[in-house]
Amino acid sequence: MNRATSTLLVLAAAVAARAETVAIRGGTILTVTRGTIENGTVLIRDGKIAAVGTDVSIPTEATLIDASGQFVMPGIIDAHSHIAAESINEGSVAVSSMTGIEDVLDPTDIDIYRELAGGVTTSNVLHGSANPIGGKNAVIKHRYGKDAKGLLFEGALPGIKFAMGENPKRSRGSGPAARYPGTRMGVIDVIREAFTAARAYQKKWKEYEEKKRDGQKGLVAPRRDLELEPLVEILEGKRLVHAHCYRADEILQLLRVAEELGFRIATLQHVLEGYKVAKEIREHGAGASTFSDWWAYKMEAYDAIPYNAALMVEKGVLVSLNSDSSEEARHLNQEAAKTMKWGGLTEDQALALITINPAKQLRIDDRVGSIEVGKDADIAIFDHHPLSVYAVAQKTLVDGEVYFDRARDLERRAEIETRRKALLEKQKGESR
Amino acid sequence: MTGILLLLLGLLSNEIYAIRGARIVTLAGEPIERGTLVIRDGRISEVGPDVAVPAGAEIIEAQGLEVYPGIMDAVSQLGLAEVGAVPVTVDTVELGDFNPQIRAATAVHPASEHIPVARANGITHAVAAPAASFGIAGQASLVHLDGWTVEEMTIAPSVGMVLHWPSLETREFDSRTFELKKLKFEDVKKKYDERVEKLGEWIEDARRYARAAAADGERDLKLEALARVVRKELPLLVVADDERDIRAAVEFASARDLRMALLRGRDSWKVKDLLREKGIPVILGPTLALPATEDTPYDKPLTTASELQAAGVRVIFASFGSANSRLLPHEVGNAVAYGLPWEEGLKGITLYPAQFFGVADSLGSIEEGKTANLVVTDGDPLEINTEVRYLFINGKLVSLENKHRSLYEKYRARP
Repeated sequence: MNRATSTLLVLAAAVAARAETVAIRGGTILTVTRGTIENGTVLIRDGKIAAVGTDVSIPTEATLIDASGQFVMPGIIDAHSHIAAESINEGSVAVSSMTGIEDVLDPTDIDIYRELAGGVTTSNVLHGSANPIGGKNAVIKHRYGKDAKGLLFEGALPGIKFAMGENPKRSRGSGPAARYPGTRMGVIDVIREAFTAARAYQKKWKEYEEKKRDGQKGLVAPRRDLELEPLVEILEGKRLVHAHCYRADEILQLLRVAEELGFRIATLQHVLEGYKVAKEIREHGAGASTFSDWWAYKMEAYDAIPYNAALMVEKGVLVSLNSDSSEEARHLNQEAAKTMKWGGLTEDQALALITINPAKQLRIDDRVGSIEVGKDADIAIFDHHPLSVYAVAQKTLVDGEVYFDRARDLERRAEIETRRKALLEKQKGESR
Repeated sequence: MTGILLLLLGLLSNEIYAIRGARIVTLAGEPIERGTLVIRDGRISEVGPDVAVPAGAEIIEAQGLEVYPGIMDAVSQLGLAEVGAVPVTVDTVELGDFNPQIRAATAVHPASEHIPVARANGITHAVAAPAASFGIAGQASLVHLDGWTVEEMTIAPSVGMVLHWPSLETREFDSRTFELKKLKFEDVKKKYDERVEKLGEWIEDARRYARAAAADGERDLKLEALARVVRKELPLLVVADDERDIRAAVEFASARDLRMALLRGRDSWKVKDLLREKGIPVILGPTLALPATEDTPYDKPLTTASELQAAGVRVIFASFGSANSRLLPHEVGNAVAYGLPWEEGLKGITLYPAQFFGVADSLGSIEEGKTANLVVTDGDPLEINTEVRYLFINGKLVSLENKHRSLYEKYRARP
């Protein structure tokens, strides 16, 4: 790079930085981790939270967002999503760890925007639950308008999907041709077999690396195995396991087989009977990410209770609420509110379920999940307290940039309608 | 604890209750800011600011609490569907396209776990409705969500005839391959026309049967049931989402002089003027739903109720399910957040469905002489965190215990 270009770049960056000072003023700030601040200011610089409080001085160049009478909270984090992906389930094999969501990210998915309109800023996009060991995940930020790479939550620890119970054993009849496993016994066996192979594979590579270090000549590297590589990463703590599960017995079996094979489950997903084995979940150190109140849609959800989240919190488990649905994701704040009704959580505990707790579960809590100085400026602004049914999201910011603005959305509808009509007319003209 | 207390109260019931000192939202005039409500022999015998507590009444001290008419789920699967993915526990869809003779109450299971779960959030009575992918699904029944047998539960065994309007949808989800199949429009249209024609024939046959029945003909149970529709004793409950389908259904019912309500009505906002003109109410499906298409405003399912109401269309809300029946007040709360007047929302799950189904003389509002289906809360029933403190069904104080609560207490106590 020559000097002229680099000077230009520095100048450009300086201009951008200046434009990127934003002050959200006058609202009630629900920091989640540092209490509630009435009539406070959040100052944002270069996409990060630069100051929070009641006596923040606002630089003259700052873009002002008036939040008087409104509520400012950290952007909502959905720990279980299937949006922005062209496909979800590679169900033809029992172990699909060679596949990954990152390869099929669709940045144009309208659900990215619709969820911004519910205050969501980060989603853990997971592979489906067709196999005991599923594909790799992608943690994304809702930077609607950016390309696939631009969505990725840079630096987030990679993860993978596991699944227990009815879905991986595919006992619901009408699916494609039979495939092992067909029982809960088989599900655990698939995991045990796969990690036994992964251990052997890891050993082969270790031996090779050691010999290489010792300066041995004429070595041939082991053949790469893209199915086993992610499993070795799990064994080495470099990849998080997000495991779909329902029944208490299968949750326990999963924790035990993981302990036997030498790894930890990062999060139990759905975990509808987690309340029955909260003690074991806490002892293992797994997080639990559940629905607020879905139940009885299948047999393994028949003992699901709306008290699940609150009861697990009470028993010391790190709990989040997720959507698993592009609809449910639009009102995770309301789902969180239900845990106050069913189980008596406090406001901060309820809000933590959709902000700092999922951030911790995804190991991104140094970046997002609360309104604190130094964190990413991912923020949602509601017109009522977000734990009220009457709260409507007004603005949602990712990295300090406004990606959703209700007023602007409403303004633009007439324009979209006009364009739509013009296109329909044009099409009619052409088909004549 | 509260549950056990309530149960005991229920057992000791001397059938006279006085709810004292509550804010009473009657929906029959202005709320009573601080009043007393007396329940005797299953009915609301007195209500007002200066009502005396009768001797021997069980007194419920309700200072700071609020009393509302019991919430009605206007279309549900309560008692008909237990575990969605387990077909043997589901009795919603009969075989065949024309089953006007079958009736939901026949299969309503009084011991369904869904009933006490719905009750715990203020739902006191519900229409259980059969379903179909197309055709006349059968008769819907109105039941109290309490009773030892379905006979004790039943308010009206038949309140409407469910008709699933045929669809012109050309995309079909193949559950075997998990893929969307694209069908040829001509094929779909041909089948659609045949189905609509067949429906018309059934109605005509029923009309003739109604006339002939007087002349001592042989009984035909299907036509006998449909005859009640052509005589306008039963409304047609027409399930349709797409604008074209809604318009066609309205035209069908209107040309044959049938009473109808539109059920679900995803695109009803596009047809609001027609619906107002014909006086057709809409029983909306969940407001917490995704927009139909990518270019539909993101909040359309949330604003649909308020758009219809502003246009003069009567709006009623329903869960259309069993597990989610308890969410009905929250679904309405969301419509209120997006512009529906609060009282209209509340009436949409109390008074309006009672009026539409012809039971407003006994249900839907708090008035002397009406059946005591009541919910006592600590606040706005549409708000998520509001708790139901007491529930009366048919004048009885009903337990708020359910499967969820008992599992919670059982595992909470696990050492």
